[in-house]
Amino acid sequence: MTIPARWAVLLLLPALAMTGAFFLVPIGDIIVRSFTEPVVGLQVYERLFADPTTWRVLGRTFATGALTVLLCIALGYPYAYLMTLVGPTMRTILIVLVLVPFWTSLMARTFAWISLLQRDGPVSALLAAFGLPGVTLLGTLPGVLIGMVQILLPYFVLTVYAGILGIDRRLITAAMSLGANRFRAFLQVYLPLSVPAVIAASALVFILALGFYITPQLLGSPQESLIAQVIGVRVERLVDFAGAGGLSAILLVSTALLLGIVGLVFRPILRALGLSRAEVRA
Amino acid sequence: MTRDAHVPDHTGANSLQLEAVTKTYAGVAAVEAVDLDVRAGEFLTLLGPSGSGKTTTLSMIAGFTAPTSGRVTLNGRDITAIPPHRRNMGMVFQNYSLFPHLSVGANVEFPLRQRGVGKAERRRKAMEALDAVELGHRADATPDQLSGGQQQRVALARALVFEPALLLMDEPFGALDRGLRERMQLEVRRIHQQLGVTILFVTHDQQEALTMSDRIAIFNQGRIEQLGTPEDLYDRPASHFVATFLGESTVLTGTAESGTLTLDSGQQVSVGGHSVTGPARLVLRPERLRLDPQGAPGPSLGGRVRDVVYLGADRRVEIDTEAGLVIVRLSADVAAPRSGDLVHVHWDPVDAHLYPAA
Amino acid sequence: MNTVTRARPPLIVWGAVVAVMLTAPTLVVIPLSFTSQRSFRFPIEGWSLQWYERFFTESRWVGALMTSLGVALTAAILATIVGTLAVIALGRSRIALGPVARGTLMLPIVVPGIVVAVGVFGAYLRWGISGSFLGLVLAHTVLSIPFVMIPVTTALRGIPETVERAAAVLGANPLRRFTQVQLPLLAPGLVTGFVFAFVTSLDEVVIAFFLQSPRLRTLPVQMYSSVTVETDPTIAVASSLVLVISTIAILVPRLVANSRTKRLATLTKEAAS
Repeated sequence: MTIPARWAVLLLLPALAMTGAFFLVPIGDIIVRSFTEPVVGLQVYERLFADPTTWRVLGRTFATGALTVLLCIALGYPYAYLMTLVGPTMRTILIVLVLVPFWTSLMARTFAWISLLQRDGPVSALLAAFGLPGVTLLGTLPGVLIGMVQILLPYFVLTVYAGILGIDRRLITAAMSLGANRFRAFLQVYLPLSVPAVIAASALVFILALGFYITPQLLGSPQESLIAQVIGVRVERLVDFAGAGGLSAILLVSTALLLGIVGLVFRPILRALGLSRAEVRA
Repeated sequence: MTRDAHVPDHTGANSLQLEAVTKTYAGVAAVEAVDLDVRAGEFLTLLGPSGSGKTTTLSMIAGFTAPTSGRVTLNGRDITAIPPHRRNMGMVFQNYSLFPHLSVGANVEFPLRQRGVGKAERRRKAMEALDAVELGHRADATPDQLSGGQQQRVALARALVFEPALLLMDEPFGALDRGLRERMQLEVRRIHQQLGVTILFVTHDQQEALTMSDRIAIFNQGRIEQLGTPEDLYDRPASHFVATFLGESTVLTGTAESGTLTLDSGQQVSVGGHSVTGPARLVLRPERLRLDPQGAPGPSLGGRVRDVVYLGADRRVEIDTEAGLVIVRLSADVAAPRSGDLVHVHWDPVDAHLYPAA
Repeated sequence: MNTVTRARPPLIVWGAVVAVMLTAPTLVVIPLSFTSQRSFRFPIEGWSLQWYERFFTESRWVGALMTSLGVALTAAILATIVGTLAVIALGRSRIALGPVARGTLMLPIVVPGIVVAVGVFGAYLRWGISGSFLGLVLAHTVLSIPFVMIPVTTALRGIPETVERAAAVLGANPLRRFTQVQLPLLAPGLVTGFVFAFVTSLDEVVIAFFLQSPRLRTLPVQMYSSVTVETDPTIAVASSLVLVISTIAILVPRLVANSRTKRLATLTKEAAS
């Protein structure tokens, strides 16, 4: 039953009004401030881009994001692939396990890592057993990466899984019947077909990683802050909303650009792979 | 199958009119200038292929879709602008549409509840309606516990419990298997005769339409091509479309001129008093054809029997003639030909329908 | 199409490692909450309930828990109401505003928390409502709306439109259709959405941190402050409690997704076949 337009707008109004007032307006406000405080102009951005710290932070944030993506691929791709191989019961278990981080409190998890990664903690002991004595991961990039990967892995796995569900594994058998060994068959047939899913998942993880605040704050070191932390400091310590707005704008624009690029790159890849999939079937 | 004339006359009460009703979507007419006068108490079927406009028309009668132009009146009252919940019509859908969260009994009570009927009275009437479809004993079950046929019977009870002005049925038996479908058709006819309620039935199944209806409106490309009793439509089809939609016929094309049709394949057949000139189509009903000896009077075509199918009360004979494949139905008590026999198909020009080719 | 083929041992081992990495670390907080030492050392040395005692007697901890629950409950209720209304509007109407509205309402998921936090903080300072309960509730509500919309949209899609048409033609006006037909059928989706909204608010740190005041401190913020300032195992107690609350909350829809959803699923499957 269709609702007439007048009523539909009325029903949408509360949600839209709230989102507008308590989300869009505040974010828009600090961005506008970045262009108008103390005077109208681009001086905030000039200052930011002239400051080498800004570039270092941006670089570090992007690098951390990239490393997170690589770790997610290494850990998550096999997991997602495994999910397509097992029976329904096992699959449900695997899905539940991967979803656990979703509903377990961020603070609880981060705190757990603080305990595990601290000096003389269990992880240090583990590393010592593997021949790396005296290593503390708390306050280091690897520590931050561990925390971030645990949080972002579910997003990665579920996105890849949804994407590779449609790949027919008989293609591997077909390739093997044509002479390729199992490994070759997987590499040259299955892997290329799973690329779009991996790209989508990687983009998602990367974008989310750019905005991380709590994890690097608690598991990393202040000397190696990421952009979210810098924004936080600007407001907390310097009460510099214009600067924070500028950095936020840079962060948002990077995210939007990334989404746009992935979207543009995606379509030709999909088309190309769609062709090769049809060829393989033929 | 004859229909008895027992249709209670409510003298104009509960009668529905459509006046020049049109529905266009983005410039394309789904329904175009449809006029329809539904008599009180009759069983009228809207018949046609998918996309012919019959479902859209029903939707406008129910009030789900607003006509682009035209009027819908019920009992003399213009209801075009009235929303569905105030039109007092019962409706049955192809997918039953029972409320999954309510019991069977609560489902049937639903329309009574909307009308402010008291609890005890609701229960009584609902049980009465369910008993009428022989499902009173399942009043406490939930819809998912019932079979398709049972769900449709509950839907029927629900649609009739509040004694509506009109019962709309939108391809209600499409999801049922054949045996069940035929039983439901008879059930609906029984209910119709018992209650005398006006029924508007939509289907694409011509057999169903012929079985159940007092009158049939055949839809084609948004318009009603013909409106009449099943006999009218079958014996006197107004157009080539109606002739070929109902029943199985042989269609021969050619050029007609002063009583003679020159077929595309060369032969000439007399077409009697038909006034059609120019490119034309000849429609031959299989029951109206005979296999007479060669010299017999009247138009005829010669050919060889391709196949004979025994159908119990009659036989379906396929004949390859010079003009193409011809289908003939012979009753069982006439001598049947065999495959390969040379035969001559004869008919009375009066029994053939000639239409101009578009 | 995808038959169950053998998964080779290396893959299984790798999968198990990842699974353990995802789930096990978090469980550390539970034994940690029983440590007898004032340290985060794991494995723990000695058992004690002193931190639990602390948690439930110190006003900053208990108060934070109460604040969190209050904010989460209020935000979840608000988000469920406005989110459901929005879903119905978007799912049952054809307005040009539609896709734009949906995109806007979903934005909070993609925008980094810090940006929202500093923005809202700045705006609230100007409006004079920073540190107010209502202010935080409203910010959390907006954040939770997308998490309500997703399950409710799915639930709405599961209601065949002919069911609503049937209700209409049988005499139910739009309001009655909503209360007597749509709402009961949407209920499981609503419950799921409510729980998601609740957990989202309960867990949210960044915005709550910037909007805090001495009287408005949520549990995650208290935990955050505590861990940066001192070594207080009470935070392990807080973590364990939040873990348990969230787990229970998540399980609720599973139990509520009862016969009703199954009934609806059976019917829609039948009708479609």
